Amino acid sequence: MMQLTCPWCGLRPENEFSCGGTTGTARPSLDCSDDEWARYLFFRDNPKGDHAERWRHTFGCGQWFNVLRDTASHEVRAVYGITDPRPELTPR
Amino acid sequence: MSGYRLAAPAGAWIDRTRPLRFRFNGNEVQGFAGDTVASALLANGLVHVARSFKLHRPRGVFSCGIEEPSALVDVGLDGARTPDTRATDLEAADGMVCHPGNAWPSLRLDIAAINARLAALLPAGFYYKTFMWPHWHLFEPAIRAMAGLGHAADAPDPDRYDEVSRSTDVLVAGGGAAGTQAALAAARAGAKVLLLEATPHLAQADALRAAGVECHTRCTVFGLYDHGLAAAVQTVGGVVRERLWKIRAPRIVVAIGAFERPMLFPDNDRPGVMLASAVEQYAVRYGVACGQRIVVATACDSGYHTARALKAAGIEVAAIVDAREHSRAEAPESVAVHRASTIVAVAGKRAVRGVTIAPQAGGALRTIEADCIASAGGWTPAVHLHSMAGGRLQWVEDTSMFVPKGSLPGIEMVGACAGQFDIPLGVVPADHQPSAAALASLGHKPGKVFVDLQNDVSASDVELAARENYRSVEHLKRYTTMGMATDQGKTSNVNALVLMGGQTNRTPDQVGTTRFRPPFKPVTLNTLAGGRSGERYKPLKHMPGHAWHEARAAAMEEFGGWLRPAAYPLKGEGLIEAAEREALRVRTEVGLFEGSPLGKIEVIGPDAADFLDLMYVGTMSTLAVGGARYGLLINENGVIFDDGIVSRLGPEHFFVNTTSGGAERVALAFEEWLQCEYVKRRVLVAPVTSAWGNVTVSGPRAWQLLQAAGFDAALAPSAMKHMTLREAAYGGVGMRVLRASFGGELGYEINLPALHTQALLERLWATGRDFGVVPYGIEALMIMRTEKGFLHVGGDTDGTTLPGDVGMDRGIARKAANFVGRRSLLRPAAKDPHRMQLVGLLPRDRRTRLPVGAHAAASKPPAAIDGFVTSSCYSPVLGHPVALGMLARGQSRIGETITVWHLGVGIEAEVAKTPFYDPSGARVNGSD
Repeated sequence: MMQLTCPWCGLRPENEFSCGGTTGTARPSLDCSDDEWARYLFFRDNPKGDHAERWRHTFGCGQWFNVLRDTASHEVRAVYGITDPRPELTPR
Repeated sequence: MSGYRLAAPAGAWIDRTRPLRFRFNGNEVQGFAGDTVASALLANGLVHVARSFKLHRPRGVFSCGIEEPSALVDVGLDGARTPDTRATDLEAADGMVCHPGNAWPSLRLDIAAINARLAALLPAGFYYKTFMWPHWHLFEPAIRAMAGLGHAADAPDPDRYDEVSRSTDVLVAGGGAAGTQAALAAARAGAKVLLLEATPHLAQADALRAAGVECHTRCTVFGLYDHGLAAAVQTVGGVVRERLWKIRAPRIVVAIGAFERPMLFPDNDRPGVMLASAVEQYAVRYGVACGQRIVVATACDSGYHTARALKAAGIEVAAIVDAREHSRAEAPESVAVHRASTIVAVAGKRAVRGVTIAPQAGGALRTIEADCIASAGGWTPAVHLHSMAGGRLQWVEDTSMFVPKGSLPGIEMVGACAGQFDIPLGVVPADHQPSAAALASLGHKPGKVFVDLQNDVSASDVELAARENYRSVEHLKRYTTMGMATDQGKTSNVNALVLMGGQTNRTPDQVGTTRFRPPFKPVTLNTLAGGRSGERYKPLKHMPGHAWHEARAAAMEEFGGWLRPAAYPLKGEGLIEAAEREALRVRTEVGLFEGSPLGKIEVIGPDAADFLDLMYVGTMSTLAVGGARYGLLINENGVIFDDGIVSRLGPEHFFVNTTSGGAERVALAFEEWLQCEYVKRRVLVAPVTSAWGNVTVSGPRAWQLLQAAGFDAALAPSAMKHMTLREAAYGGVGMRVLRASFGGELGYEINLPALHTQALLERLWATGRDFGVVPYGIEALMIMRTEKGFLHVGGDTDGTTLPGDVGMDRGIARKAANFVGRRSLLRPAAKDPHRMQLVGLLPRDRRTRLPVGAHAAASKPPAAIDGFVTSSCYSPVLGHPVALGMLARGQSRIGETITVWHLGVGIEAEVAKTPFYDPSGARVNGSD
């Protein structure tokens, strides 16, 4: 079980949080193509390595925030605000 | 008679002043406080204590710890029964009842022992090959009945369990020499140290506590997980049986020792063949001699250490049989050492009577009388926790063991589990089997050489696997079942890898090991649950008016996590009869219903109206203050996920009702959209479900009742229209009164502070006697809404239902907002004219209730399915059954006769318009 640092509450065990999947997926406008809409709804990268995802501190402050997590090692590379850009980190 | 209790002072772990008795296999066994079940059995001379898994061969105690493959017992009775518990890891207690798990009718006469006679026909993978024709399922029941160890409890577990979460600077797993040293060093350097020891004994307890180390015994670390999390199980006894520890530590020191590897020789599974270190531990710790004459079979210098320890305890050592030419270790005085020799036969079936040994080069046989064989084939460091945390292993040639390769951040392996031993091991050959020449000198076919005692995997099974090309370690494991079950191959894995390597010209590390996974030793499911089972896992919510319903003798059932009245049956009345009576009375007089679980969310702020337009299929921004509107919620896939009524309390203030089951997920969805997508909207979402009670008064006499009870005339039907909300004070309490109806009658949903709910119910109940009031439950509500054809989200809809399928897509085209899910309604699949649509269904005979779930099909299924029944009941007001269903192109098929199929029987039904009752909808208006 991982530990995550909630930007408001600090370091807490993973079971206080819920994962909301890949973050920063732009919502297309109503006049987008069926293909674009399908990509937005169903298509996600599944990287081995850094993955930007959104988490909610469900059993805490209830706030959403972003996490950059290494999917292989579970190392938390960065925690950042829900509207902040993904930090530039040197990939390993 | 074989094993016996040594005279005092032997037995450092037992307390001879506290004798105890327990029952094993129906017999009384005597022991002392501090004994394990195994040590007491051995002290009582019981050798044959179990039957093996597949072949049902007699087996005895093999080890002195958690690695035990053979001596598994079912402990306790009925609900408290715990199957497959290692007798070697189970402290004996006065009055305990144990049974061998795998013998029927008895240990001595075990019917399935016929399997041992048929062993030649039952090699690894036999059932894959044998029970194929005509079909595996033909054989499955008999095989399932034969297979398996032990018997599960047959009632809920009466024991209690608990859980602690801790954080510390340093966690030390294991309180042996290496663990103690590490703990002391860390504590002296100022760190907060927690030490967990698996056995009941901690040699340096005083020194550790003096240094400030927190120590706990009977506590086994069974798993290492991400970010420095360790899990441990502690045997507590008393009120709480077991405790789960979750420990977070940036530094974890693992000092959990090593397991001894057994020697491989024919019939090496006979009761009385034991690990040498176990024979030694029984003597030193428990004061138990495992036999009267012991032969030490070894390929490792530690076997000599055992021989000396046994001699020192006064136990006769008949001989040391060393597979190697040379040893640096010294044998105890007057004990014969047979070098470069091996056991080729074991006499005795239910107990060892002697051994036959032969030189590895072949030659003269020698027999030695003995009742116990101490087997010392080398050591296997307990690398499990290292491997669980992602660590790799390397093979050390001269000691023939896998040790950790490199280290992991935050985890240190120390002592024997890292391959560092405080007793000399000498050069340990990996392949210590009897040579072909030695076996040939036996002159007859040798017995089976067992590698994995728990799964009855023999050396010949490993050879078979190699021959059939199951050579990868993963295939070897699955084909032979080697290394599975309760011991997870702790004594067998390395021998199996060495054998497989020998068959395929590879070193053991080229064969590779399987990744170890938690738990390190078996952990009961209730321990993992930490006591959160039943009501403690999911407590049922009680409504604020709970006591009032109980006083009305309500039949309570669970609905979406709430305990609610299904109906209020009178004496001699069934649930459905009661619901039909209640529904009819609401239609003719008046009924009281508690709707407190209804989801309630306050949505407040300058952008509240715009925000709700983005959430709902309908438009909320055009609602007048005091107005209320039905709204449908869909997810981004366009699928209906909730519905409810939205009321406007002010220009920037909305009161949102959701379904009772959907209260939490709707609030969550609002928050997620607000925080992650519509971040600039100035809106506050506040879930207030439990703050507000809800008392619903429905029926043609609803207003008469409220008026008589003293409610404000401004709430009269002539003054307040259907689908409006008024804030009103009643008895000094502020209430939100909504004119709405889920049953089609004049209805008042009175929202009030939860604490006042019961008082209002009581008041209206008392006043209502003059108006024929009836309490009604969920079942009556469902009858009335089905009569009205009102949608029940999750009942009539499923994970594919779109708004258009239930006739709720009107007005979307005119709406401006790109609300959640809107784009999905434009997909070709969403516009397919063949989609299923919600329709009414009436049985053609007007008598048969259409079963919910019955499929509409042109011919008897299996056939193409056209739709299905989603809601169904008998309508007391109409006098015949009514139903709702989803049907392909349903709205264009009104009047058509279809057949719905239930359990192979077809029922004719008419596709009908809804509502079935009061099609004009005039009844909701009511009158003063």
